[in-house]
Amino acid sequence: MTDKNALELKDLSVAYRVGRRNRAVLRNLNLTIKAGEAYGLVGESGCGKSTVALSVVRYLPRNGSITGGSIALDGEDVMTLDAEALRRARADSVSMVYQDPGKALNPSLRIGRQLTEIFELAGIGGQQAQDKALAMLNRVRISDPASVMQRYPHQLSGGMQQRVAIAMALANDPSMLILDEPTTGLDATVEAEVLDLIAQLRRELSASILFISHNLAVVSHMCDRVGVLYAGMLVEEGSTKDVFNDPRHPYTVALLRCLPRGGQRKDQGRLDTIPGFLPGIGATITGCAFADRCALATERCRTEPPPLYELGEGRLSRCHYHDKAQSLPRATPADVPAVAPKQAPPVLQVEGLNKTYGSHGHPLRAVKDVSVSLRPGETLGLVGESGSGKTTFARLLLGLVAPDDGGSIELEGKKLAPRLASRSEDQVKAVQIVFQNPDSALNRSHSIRHILGRALKRLGGLTGRTLDNRLEELVRSVRLTDRHLAVKPRQLSGGLKQRVAIARAFAGDPRIVVCDEPTSALDVSVQAAILNLLADLQSRQDVSYIFISHDLGVVRYLSDKIAVLYLGRIMEFGPSEAVFSGPHHPYTEALLSAVPKLDRTEASRIRLDGEIPSAANPPSGCVFHTRCPRKIGTICETKEPELTEAQLGHTIRCHIPYDELARLQKPKTVEPA
Amino acid sequence: MSATDTAKLPAPAAAPDTAPRSPWGEVLHSLSRSGTFLTGLAIVVFWIVCALFGQYFVPYDPLASDIINALTPPSADHWFGTDQLGRDVFSRVIVGSRDILTVAPLATILATIAGTALGLLIGYFRGIVDDIVSRVLEAFMAIPVVIIALLAIVALGTSKITVIVVIGLSFAPIIARTVRSAVLAERELDYVAAAKLRHEGALHTMFVEILPNVIPPILVETTVRLGYAIFAVATLSFMGFGIQPPSPDWGLSISSNYGMIGGGFWWTVLFDALAIASLVIGVNLVADGVHGAFND
Repeated sequence: MTDKNALELKDLSVAYRVGRRNRAVLRNLNLTIKAGEAYGLVGESGCGKSTVALSVVRYLPRNGSITGGSIALDGEDVMTLDAEALRRARADSVSMVYQDPGKALNPSLRIGRQLTEIFELAGIGGQQAQDKALAMLNRVRISDPASVMQRYPHQLSGGMQQRVAIAMALANDPSMLILDEPTTGLDATVEAEVLDLIAQLRRELSASILFISHNLAVVSHMCDRVGVLYAGMLVEEGSTKDVFNDPRHPYTVALLRCLPRGGQRKDQGRLDTIPGFLPGIGATITGCAFADRCALATERCRTEPPPLYELGEGRLSRCHYHDKAQSLPRATPADVPAVAPKQAPPVLQVEGLNKTYGSHGHPLRAVKDVSVSLRPGETLGLVGESGSGKTTFARLLLGLVAPDDGGSIELEGKKLAPRLASRSEDQVKAVQIVFQNPDSALNRSHSIRHILGRALKRLGGLTGRTLDNRLEELVRSVRLTDRHLAVKPRQLSGGLKQRVAIARAFAGDPRIVVCDEPTSALDVSVQAAILNLLADLQSRQDVSYIFISHDLGVVRYLSDKIAVLYLGRIMEFGPSEAVFSGPHHPYTEALLSAVPKLDRTEASRIRLDGEIPSAANPPSGCVFHTRCPRKIGTICETKEPELTEAQLGHTIRCHIPYDELARLQKPKTVEPA
Repeated sequence: MSATDTAKLPAPAAAPDTAPRSPWGEVLHSLSRSGTFLTGLAIVVFWIVCALFGQYFVPYDPLASDIINALTPPSADHWFGTDQLGRDVFSRVIVGSRDILTVAPLATILATIAGTALGLLIGYFRGIVDDIVSRVLEAFMAIPVVIIALLAIVALGTSKITVIVVIGLSFAPIIARTVRSAVLAERELDYVAAAKLRHEGALHTMFVEILPNVIPPILVETTVRLGYAIFAVATLSFMGFGIQPPSPDWGLSISSNYGMIGGGFWWTVLFDALAIASLVIGVNLVADGVHGAFND
C-alpha cells in the first residue's frame, strides 16, 4: 500500500439544472479515502449520496455539472482528463456496482460473454479470457461457474446477479470500488452473503471502497470510516465505531434514534422521529442546514453556517454545539398509554389454508396448510425470504386470490367467503391493506380528497356532510392536514403518500389491516413516523395487523405474534418474544443471524447456502433440509416434521426436539439490529 | 404524539423544486418547445382556417364553371390554373379541405370512443373475453380498410355518415389494441386491487380508476389515426365512394381530373395531391410531437 489517497474530493460542488436554474446538490464536499480503506457514506434519500458516486467517474446526468472543486483518483485529477484518458481511468482504476444488478447486466448476452468482454478490452482474448472469467466467478464464490457462464442474467437469482456484477467490477483489479446500495434490493439472507463476500474480497484485494447506503447497520458492518451526508454537505465524519456509538451531530443522533433497536417494542415506547424535511435541492441555506429540524438550534445556528469542527482522532462535526449533540431532546415523546393485555376471542382464525398455482402443469404450492389466529389489537408479523408465501397469504385473507378448497378463514367467528366478490360489505371493509408502494397503490389521476372520499363512501357508507366531517377526522388521524386534500399523490413525499394509503385502509373502521412492507420504500426517519402512526392507530382502534416485512427489527417493534414462513409453510409460530429470544427454528436462527447489527457485536454467524428452492419443486421431507445448518440426518430428507408445540402457543416445525434446540442455541443471544 | 413530524410543516408541494408542473403542464411545456409539433400544428391550423374562412378570401367561386377558360395553365389570373370546367384550381384547393376536415376527425373520434371502450373491456376482463374479441379484431385488421369500406358503402349507400361510420369502425380495433396493452399494465397496479377491496363495480374501475391513467397512449394513437383517416377519406373520395360532387374535395377533384394528366394538364391534379400530402404530413408531425411529449 502506498500513501497516496485512493480518492480525494476537494470542495466538490455539483449542481443539477432544473428549469433554467442551477440547483446545488453537493456543496463544497471534502472527502478523502485512503488506499485500502472502506469508507461509508450514509444519509437519507435526496442528500446527494449517489451524486458523489456519479461525479467520481464523471457520469453525471446531462443536466448535472461540477460547479467547483476537484476530484482526484489515485492522485490523478479526474476533472482535467480528456475523453480517452477518462475512458481509460474508468476502465482501469475505478469500478461501480449499482443497486439493481438486473439492470446492470445486459439481458441479451450470456454471463460468460459479458465477463470475457472486459478482458478483451484489455487485450486478452480467446481461451485466456475464458479462463480469467471463470477465475473471477470462482473468486466471488459462485458455485458451478462453468454453467453460470452459459446462462443469461434472468436465469440467475438477484444474489447471483449481484455477485456477477461484483465479479465484473473486480475484473480489471480496480484501485477504487464504488458500491452504491449494493444490497438494498436483496433478501436479508442474501444480503448477508453478499456483504460477507465483499468483506472477504477486501482482504484479498487492495481496492479502496466507497460504500453508499441508507442502511446504517450495513455501513457499520462494512466500513472503517463513515461520513454522514446532509443536504449535500458532510455533517459528520469519523471512524465507524465512534460515529455510531458516540455521534457528535444532532442529525446523526436523530437518525440513529429512528431505528427500532435492541428489541424495542411498541408497548415500550414510540420511536423517535426527525421533524420536517430535507432542504430541497438548490435551496438557499443560511446557517446550519439542519437547524430547521433540530431542537437544539439557536439563533446562531440559523445565521452562522457551522464549519466542520475538528474533534481530534479524525473526527469532524458540522455543528456549533457538537459537544451537546447527544442531549438532543426527542422529537416524539416516548411514552405510550399502557395497554391492558387482552383476553378477547380471536378476531381472525385461519385453519389449514392452502393455495396452489398451476404453473406449466406443475402445481406450485404457494401457501401450504397455514393456520394462525389473532386477537383484536394484536399484530401478526410475517417473516421469510421473498418467495416464502407471505404476500400470497395476505392476498388470500383479503380475498384477492381464492384459496384451494378446504381450509377456512373466520373473521370474528364468521366464515369468510374465499372470493372477495362473495363477501358481504361488512366483511370487505373489515379486512383492508396498506400496500408496499404508495405510488402504485394510490391512483395518480385522483386527488387525495377523491381517493379518501371514495373510500369513505364505499367503506364507511357515508355521504354529504357526514362524509366531509369524517374525512377531516380521518385526515387528522393520520396527521395530514386539509391542505393535502386538494393535491395529487405525486405532489406528496413518500411518507405522506403512505399516510394517505393508511387513511384509506382505515376509512371503514377495519378489524384487520394487512401491512405489506409499508415502510420498505421509506427513509428511516419517515419509517419511524409511519411505525409510530400504525402503533397509535392500533392502540386507539383495537385493530389487528398482519405485518409483512423483511426488516426483523421493524417486525419485532410492531408484532405480538410472529409466523416464520418458508416455501409457503409455517416453520415457526408464536409470541414475538418467544420467537425472537429462542430457542428457535434453525431457519429463524439463520434469518436473525443474517441481519447486520449496528453495534458490530459479531455473534457467531449462520449463513444459508444457496438459494431458496423453487416452490414448484420443493425438497422432500423437511423443505428446509437443503439449506439447514442443523440438519440431523436422513429423517430430514424423508419425513416432513409436524408443527409441534414447544411451549404454550409457540410451535416449531423441526425434527430436533425443543430441548435440544435450546442446548444448541444456548451460547449466544441473537438480537436484531 | 408525533404531530411535529410532518403535519405542521409545509408539504413538499410547497417547495418549488419538488413539485414543478402538473403532468399535463409538463406535456404542454414540452409541446410548446417541440419544433416538430409546432410545424405540424401550423400546417393543420392553416388548413382549418382555409376550411372555415377560405370562401371569403378566395379569388373565384370554387364551384363556378367558366368553360371558355377551361384548362388554362397557371397564370397571374389563375395561380394554379383552371380545370376542365374552367373552375379556378387555387380557389378549389383552398376550400377543398372543408369536407375532409369534418369527415376524418369525426371518424377518428368515433374510432377512439369505440376503441377505448373495447380496449378497456378486453384489457380489464382478459381471459376468454379477451381471447375471442382479440382474435376477431385481428381478423378484421387483416382486411384492408378500403375493401371493408367499399363493401359497407355499397351495402349502405354513399353518404358522409356512412364514410364516418365505416372508417371509424375499421380504425377502432387498432385503438382497442393500444388501449388494451396499456390497461393490461395498469390493472396490475395496487390501486386497482384497492378498488376491488371497496367492492367497486367493473365499470367504475374501468372508467373512473383506469381510464384517466391510459389517456396519454390514447391521445397519441388518436393523432396517428387522424392522419390515416384523412388518407382513407381521400382514397374513398377518389374512388367515388366518399365525398360526392359538387364538393371541391381534393380526392374527388383528383379523381375527376386525373384523366387529363396524359394531356399535359398536370396542374389539375398536382395541387390537390400536394394539399392532401401536406395535411397528412401536418397531422403526422403533430402526432410525432405528441408522442415525444408523452414519452420523454
